[in-house]
Amino acid sequence: MIEVTDVHKTFFVPHKVKALVGVSTQIAAGEVVVVIGPSGSGKSTFLRCLNHLEAADSGHILIDGIDILDRKTNINKVRAEVGMVFQSFNLFPHKTVLENITLAQKVVRKRSTAAALEKADYLLKKVGIHDKANAYPDNLSGGQQQRVAIARALAMDPKVMLFDEPTSALDPEMIGEVLDVMKTLAQEGMTMVVVTHEMGFAREVADRVIFMDEGAIVEVGTPEHFFKNPTHDRTKLFLSQIL
Amino acid sequence: MDFLAKIEELRYRSAYFLWVGVFFIGVFAVIGTLYYATAKIDYSWHWFDVPKYFVNQERIDIKADMEGVVEAINGKGKNAVVIVKSDDGSKSYPMAQAEEIWVYKGDFIAPGKVLGVYHKWQPGILLQGMWLTLKVSMYAIVFGILIGMLGGIARISKNPALKWSAITYVEIVRGSPLLVQIFIWYFVLATLVNQLLLRYGFSEIDALYYGVAALATFTGAYVTEIVRAGIQSIHRGQTEAARSLGMTGPQAMFYIILPQAMRRILPPLAGQFISLIKDSSLLGMIAIRELTKATREAITISLSPYEFWFTCAILYLVLTFTLSMVVQYMERKMAIQ
Ligand SMILES: Nc1ncnc2c1ncn2[C@@H]1O[C@H](COP(=O)(O)OP(=O)(O)OP(=O)(O)O)[C@@H](O)[C@H]1O
Ligand SMILES: [Mg+2]
Repeated sequence: MIEVTDVHKTFFVPHKVKALVGVSTQIAAGEVVVVIGPSGSGKSTFLRCLNHLEAADSGHILIDGIDILDRKTNINKVRAEVGMVFQSFNLFPHKTVLENITLAQKVVRKRSTAAALEKADYLLKKVGIHDKANAYPDNLSGGQQQRVAIARALAMDPKVMLFDEPTSALDPEMIGEVLDVMKTLAQEGMTMVVVTHEMGFAREVADRVIFMDEGAIVEVGTPEHFFKNPTHDRTKLFLSQIL
Repeated sequence: MDFLAKIEELRYRSAYFLWVGVFFIGVFAVIGTLYYATAKIDYSWHWFDVPKYFVNQERIDIKADMEGVVEAINGKGKNAVVIVKSDDGSKSYPMAQAEEIWVYKGDFIAPGKVLGVYHKWQPGILLQGMWLTLKVSMYAIVFGILIGMLGGIARISKNPALKWSAITYVEIVRGSPLLVQIFIWYFVLATLVNQLLLRYGFSEIDALYYGVAALATFTGAYVTEIVRAGIQSIHRGQTEAARSLGMTGPQAMFYIILPQAMRRILPPLAGQFISLIKDSSLLGMIAIRELTKATREAITISLSPYEFWFTCAILYLVLTFTLSMVVQYMERKMAIQ
């Protein structure tokens, strides 16, 4: 489903930072991959390269067989197949919950209003905030906003979902409701790449865990491997700090 | 305790009204001093002359266009008809609108002789000037918004051709006086374009449109900066969310960024347009008869400069105040959403 080969990314502003240095991995359809690592290790950059919010400098990124670094690729088409959920939700504040979910369906997927509404209706029930359909995002709690954001991404019928620390901005009591939605998604067979510090989620849901440090993938393995006997010193250090 | 609080309250209230009184005394003192000063130089105020420069009644003459004799005046009031007979036959002049008929049966008539008159209300020079100011400002605002929207988007574009054009435009326009720009439009561009038009057999473009163009490009530069700031004030996450859903850049701009930016753009935009209305007074310099020029003409006729300059200022105030009311209303509408 996703094939990443030797991807490099360097930022020059405000100063030179090598955010990714030769990242390679493959993610199969239906797989749930959790990415962990210390702050500044390049997790977000890796995720954002997958839907070309950041343009990788070199290497190859294939999404469902399409090379997104190829200039001829219509990136908007690929992005519609790749849902993204942000740490800060990024809901559209001038639109209601319902409009947030229907807008891209109509504009990008060219669905009729009726079809878009039907889809939104179904998804709002699924994430459990059906009663807030006509509210504006500012009037929702963080947990509710993040669930709307997930519904908004799902409305495009993506083949892959990317989550960048979806619970980091939430009050502790709301983390559970968001993780529950993500667990359901995982059980339904959605391909997911999740950057998170929620080790419980990793242990329970992940098929594979990727540990990144200083722009590179240091260690890959099953959750059991990671939490029982990680091989690298840096992994051990990181896990000892976080657990 | 309760009593003391009441006294305190009373003292506070009386102090408040005292200072309100001071304010009004100040206002009257200024007006009084001004009046006293004008009296000293024997200026005679003629405020009653002013209204007729807003609307006045014009006398319209119904004139004969032939030589002859009034043969008959038939009918009365609206149905009155004056029949003039000459060697070549007779002609009837309907007097439907006339309030007075000035000829009698048997009168000799020469071409141009007034047969009857009526009066018609018509806008005076000040009202015409105000209307022109309003019209010019509205055109300039509409085009200023168009230019500013495009300019603002170009200003933040990654394409250097677009970006640098926008920067150059903004810097040039903001760096020179509006009056000079108006002169360039009128004495340079207008002459050039009109001569070319004439050479190729088209008709000239009226000075008014060059004036509008000068104001629009001037305002457009400021609106460009306002739009740029408005767009950049929207968090980057909004664009990223829109793009990650598969929207194109223009779609994200149109559906997500601009509507949000609009709310922040509106207040500084209103200020800009109020300046524009006031700046339109400079168009009088290129023979466009807007409010200020109209005022000057009214003064030449009436010889009452004091009254008319004050009136002129108040009329501008009416225009700008109305505009800021409209904008406040729109802001409230948008906030409710
Ligand atoms: N847009 C950018 N411009 C400049 N530097 C950036 C940009 N985005 C990320 N970086 C830098 O790249 C490095 C990797 O950042 P990244 O956000 O990918 O880390 P992360 O693992 O997601 O960290 P965190 O856990 O804090 O989110 C950091 O040093 C960061 O400062
Ligand atoms: Mg990050």
